[in-house]
Amino acid sequence: MSKKVNITINGFPVEITTGKTILEAAEEQGITIPTLCHHKDLCVAGNCRVCVVEVAGQNRLSAACATPCEEGMEILTNSLKVRNSRKQIIELLLAEHNADCTKCYRNGNCELQTLASEYKIMTQDFIELVPLKHFSIDAYSPSIIKDDSKCIRCQRCVRTCAGLQGVNALTVAHKGDKMKITTFFEKAMRDVVCTNCGQCVNHCPTGALVEKNYIEEVWEAIANPNKHVVVQTAPAVRVGLGEELGMKPGKSITGKMVAALKRLGFDSVLDTDFTADLTIIEEGTELLTRLKKALVDKDESVSLPMATSCSPGWIKYIEHMFPEHLKNLSTCKSPQQMFGALVKTYYANARNIKPEDIVSVSIMPCTAKKYEAFRPEMHDSGYRDVDYVLTTRELAILIKQAGLDFNKLEPAKYDRLMGESSGAAVIFGATGGVMEAALRTAYEIVTGREVPFENLNITPVRGSDGIREATIKIENPVEEWAFLDGVELKCAIAHGLINAKSVMESVRAGTADYHFVEFMACPGGCLGGGGQPIPTNPEIRQKRAEAIYAEDEGLPIRKSHENHEITKLYKDFLKEPLGEVSHHLLHTKYTKRERY
Amino acid sequence: MATSNQLKRVDFIFRNENDWEKILSSTLKKKPQDLINELISSELKGRGGAGFPTGLKWKLTAESKEKEKYVICNADEGEPGTFKDREILSRVPYKVLTAMAICGYITGAKRGYIYLRGEYKFLLPELNKVIDEFDYYCKETDLDFKISIFMGSGAYICGEETALMESMEGKRGEPRNKPPFPTQSGFKGKPTVINNVETLVHTFTIFKYGAKKFYDLGVQYSRGTKLFSVSGDTPKPGIYELELGMSLQDFVYEFGDGDTKAVQVGGASGFLVPRKKFKDAAIGFKGKLTGISLPTGGSMMLFNSSRSMFNVLDNYLEFFREESCGQCTPCRVGCQQLLLGIKAVKRGEKPASYLDKLLRLTETMQYTAKCGLGQSVANSFSSIVENFREEMIY
Amino acid sequence: MDPIQTLVKDLAEKHGRSRESVLPILQGVVEQEKFLSERSMIEIAREIDIPAADVYGTATFYSFLETKPTGKFIIRVCKTITCAMKGKNQILFAIQDMLKISLGETTPDKQFTLLETNCLGWCHKAPAMLINDEIYTELTPEKVREILTGYMKVNVNH
Ligand SMILES: Cc1cc2nc3c(=O)[nH]c(=O)nc-3n(C[C@H](O)[C@H](O)[C@H](O)COP(=O)(O)O)c2cc1C
Ligand code: SF4
Ligand code: SF4
Ligand code: SF4
Ligand code: SF4
Ligand code: FES
Ligand code: FES
Repeated sequence: MSKKVNITINGFPVEITTGKTILEAAEEQGITIPTLCHHKDLCVAGNCRVCVVEVAGQNRLSAACATPCEEGMEILTNSLKVRNSRKQIIELLLAEHNADCTKCYRNGNCELQTLASEYKIMTQDFIELVPLKHFSIDAYSPSIIKDDSKCIRCQRCVRTCAGLQGVNALTVAHKGDKMKITTFFEKAMRDVVCTNCGQCVNHCPTGALVEKNYIEEVWEAIANPNKHVVVQTAPAVRVGLGEELGMKPGKSITGKMVAALKRLGFDSVLDTDFTADLTIIEEGTELLTRLKKALVDKDESVSLPMATSCSPGWIKYIEHMFPEHLKNLSTCKSPQQMFGALVKTYYANARNIKPEDIVSVSIMPCTAKKYEAFRPEMHDSGYRDVDYVLTTRELAILIKQAGLDFNKLEPAKYDRLMGESSGAAVIFGATGGVMEAALRTAYEIVTGREVPFENLNITPVRGSDGIREATIKIENPVEEWAFLDGVELKCAIAHGLINAKSVMESVRAGTADYHFVEFMACPGGCLGGGGQPIPTNPEIRQKRAEAIYAEDEGLPIRKSHENHEITKLYKDFLKEPLGEVSHHLLHTKYTKRERY
Repeated sequence: MATSNQLKRVDFIFRNENDWEKILSSTLKKKPQDLINELISSELKGRGGAGFPTGLKWKLTAESKEKEKYVICNADEGEPGTFKDREILSRVPYKVLTAMAICGYITGAKRGYIYLRGEYKFLLPELNKVIDEFDYYCKETDLDFKISIFMGSGAYICGEETALMESMEGKRGEPRNKPPFPTQSGFKGKPTVINNVETLVHTFTIFKYGAKKFYDLGVQYSRGTKLFSVSGDTPKPGIYELELGMSLQDFVYEFGDGDTKAVQVGGASGFLVPRKKFKDAAIGFKGKLTGISLPTGGSMMLFNSSRSMFNVLDNYLEFFREESCGQCTPCRVGCQQLLLGIKAVKRGEKPASYLDKLLRLTETMQYTAKCGLGQSVANSFSSIVENFREEMIY
Repeated sequence: MDPIQTLVKDLAEKHGRSRESVLPILQGVVEQEKFLSERSMIEIAREIDIPAADVYGTATFYSFLETKPTGKFIIRVCKTITCAMKGKNQILFAIQDMLKISLGETTPDKQFTLLETNCLGWCHKAPAMLINDEIYTELTPEKVREILTGYMKVNVNH
């Protein structure tokens, strides 16, 4: 039993669990206290001060987010003193802020703007500080734009990058009026350890950190009659997009999304899930091959555990932080890049379109994928494999710009070639999903039987703990894999780079005996990606995850190797997993990078 | 309030007594609980500015069950117009060390640190010598207590106790949220006593002469003596140990140059008292029955009639704008607004009534800033603007 | 190992490799090098295994930890109230006149950097300045010229 304290909030007595902050207590009572620096994903900072409340008997106000409730506290969340102080703090923030809302990317979804509007800040008496300062804009990264003139110095991004991601690309520098958010030696974000994961973008309350958008480029491509514009949509997009279009979190809207994309004018609307299934075949085969080499051939050069490679934020992270472990990475490209390489080869060929006339667009829950598409090695089709990467948020902008009434759209189906997918591919969007998909296929390849879980749901790998472990015992394998009889396949799952870091530290120390580890850069996996709708928090991610698993259960095909289009792809084009064509188009190399 | 026309000069702090070993060994024979009671009965309050009862602080730390605890001597002395701690550390450093060791004995701390501001680096060689001697003594007498010096590097805010601890932990000196207080969670998250240099020396006096001797000096709520750093327009700048509770009138009579227009009590974060209020102002801690009482880190800056109060305020505000850690909105933006605001009024770009908006702003800063720096900018701002409004405008 | 690496390694040996060692190590580098270069901060980050951005963020908080190249002697003139009242500007003029540099600048021969600083704790002997760790008080333009001449002589002898 947890202990309770008795307090009053705005005169009403309530009982609160010991240790809760005033902010949490008020929330329980249905009272919203405005916040800016506070975020449920992050540690408490207590620096913006808009959450101040009055505690009877104290002259000074207290920051609700940082003050624990104590027995007998009488709290006023909306006294005149509180209101006046809060209002002045908002005015101060605006005085230091380039509040040019109409020209701002976050216009309409900005916590500062909302507060200013709630408190009806109609005048600006304070002296504008923006013209006096030399704020800079960093637009060098292919993924993220950082505009210091929009920054309210809440440090959410810094706490995100350090606390959630363990990357520490961002820091607070200088003090006093010169205090700012920056990187090592104030370099451009593209020149430091930033993984482009976009979590800082997702956690920024204002327009100071936003994705670099490619909206106009895509409209231009669509308008160009000489271009065949292909679009692929990642698994997690379908469970996030609705939030940007006014729906509650946790709605899967695949069919409507496909319909919308067709109306936007894309020539072919295809599914990244298709190459997610393909990834499973390639990666699963790679894993089994590695296991064979390690267990049968006793080949010392084989690196285990094998780590998944579909999260480009994770890839950039390991390149910087654990460059000596790049050989642990699966050589498989991410589904996006497999798709890109196939679109300008296999697809172009089959549809009889010149690859140079194809514009390949992808809709991703992710900002790191923008960077990934720009990587010089991602040219295996002979062209840039993926031309433009839009986030879920950018897709919502396209839909709004086109004036589509999303709710009225009749659900549509993906086009073919490369539009079919299995439930296994859909769950790629959730942490543990790649693992589950891989196990469904690998187990069946090895034993000839389905994974021994009810309804194919491998529940031990699901969930939201930062690091999860699972062991699957292989019994009675088919002849080809007889050497795996009795082997306990040890798997781990890590999401959020801070958790990836601790798994990798144990790998480096040699204390981890895993065979296969799934790594996702973002908390919750792609459904919590840096390109997903804002806000994000644990509850919202939970809802999106539920939607993903529901979608999986509703699909007729639940295993990647049963995807007919995949079978056809191997028959017509790739021939065999890890074959020569695969090697050329679907696999990649990694680059050692500096940690500092 | 002290009504005599004379300041009571005292000489405890700098009295050179080469008996610290004796005091230390005899004090360590007493029971910690008795020592705490002695300290509490002396009513000694912290001399770093905030005036927290020292006995209570030690008691709270002693009561904590944690094994690892720390004693920190705050020698960051950055408040403009304060220079007494430097003098203590160069003249009677062994009193500080002794007091820290006694504090360690009482609270159970085995490690002590002196956080010395970077500007005082030249004190290091001498101080290290004394610490070596002290270490040697501790070893000889099996006293498990070790003191080291931690150097600051030019940041006024690191004098704030939690910022100081952040700084010692190798981070930016950004003040923490309170609670928890250092007695509960201080350096490295462990219970920590942090005291000003002078506070520690007073405990030495108390342990040597007894609480009564200390208590008998000063006035109600403000017991004992205090070092004053006197500077500005005075023929006698320097450091003086005086009994608490004196009236500002008497102080100016003694230290003024005959033309004193105002006195800044407590440094830039303290109050400016204009001539007409000298007789009502007493120097001591809050809770006095009559007159204005002014808690103080001991900085007394005198201004004569040749000084522009606008320039004085401008100088303070520039100081705060730079030295604010910058993390919280009211202080970071507030300091910039105040500085630019008074300049705009002076230049006629804003109406005189803008000063009232700024006064309201300082009120907000006082209520909402995260730490003492932002909270106390209101002190000098309002006391200067309210008393010298014309000088701000014309 | 180059000199910076050696210096950082030695400092880490002396002060330890925990986060609490950051400030002493930064100070140690500044004592030797007068400022913190990008290189030296990277070495510190590597040596005690913390993010480089954190080293930078921490260093820039402290005004005595310079991150731009400076001269051999850093002159810091107090600009706070008492020194300002007691003639700090004349002191600055005298220095600028003699060294032919403005505030924030370094002499072409990399000997002197001129900066302002906040209260040095010598207000009763204002105006005051620091040259590296050495304090000079009750300054007058004449006295300043004498002091600087002294430093220049030291320099010639080297
Ligand atoms: C901005 C600011 C600066 C401070 N600077 C100092 C200082 O330089 N020296 C000091 O002893 N206390 C300083 N303090 C007070 C400390 O936070 C703390 O209260 C003090 O060290 C406690 O010691 P005491 O109880 O012995 O006074 C400062 C407080 C603030 C808010
Ligand atoms: S960040 Fe918010 S308040 Fe600022 S300009 Fe953009 S929308 Fe407006
Ligand atoms: S994109 Fe990710 S790694 Fe880069 S700064 Fe933001 S949170 Fe850090
Ligand atoms: S960039 Fe965004 S998250 Fe970071 S401090 Fe500025 S406003 Fe806050
Ligand atoms: S009041 Fe000023 S110094 Fe204190 S925490 Fe806020 S910004 Fe920092
Ligand atoms: S939300 Fe509490 S201080 Fe920012
Ligand atoms: S004002 Fe210059 S030393 Fe204090």
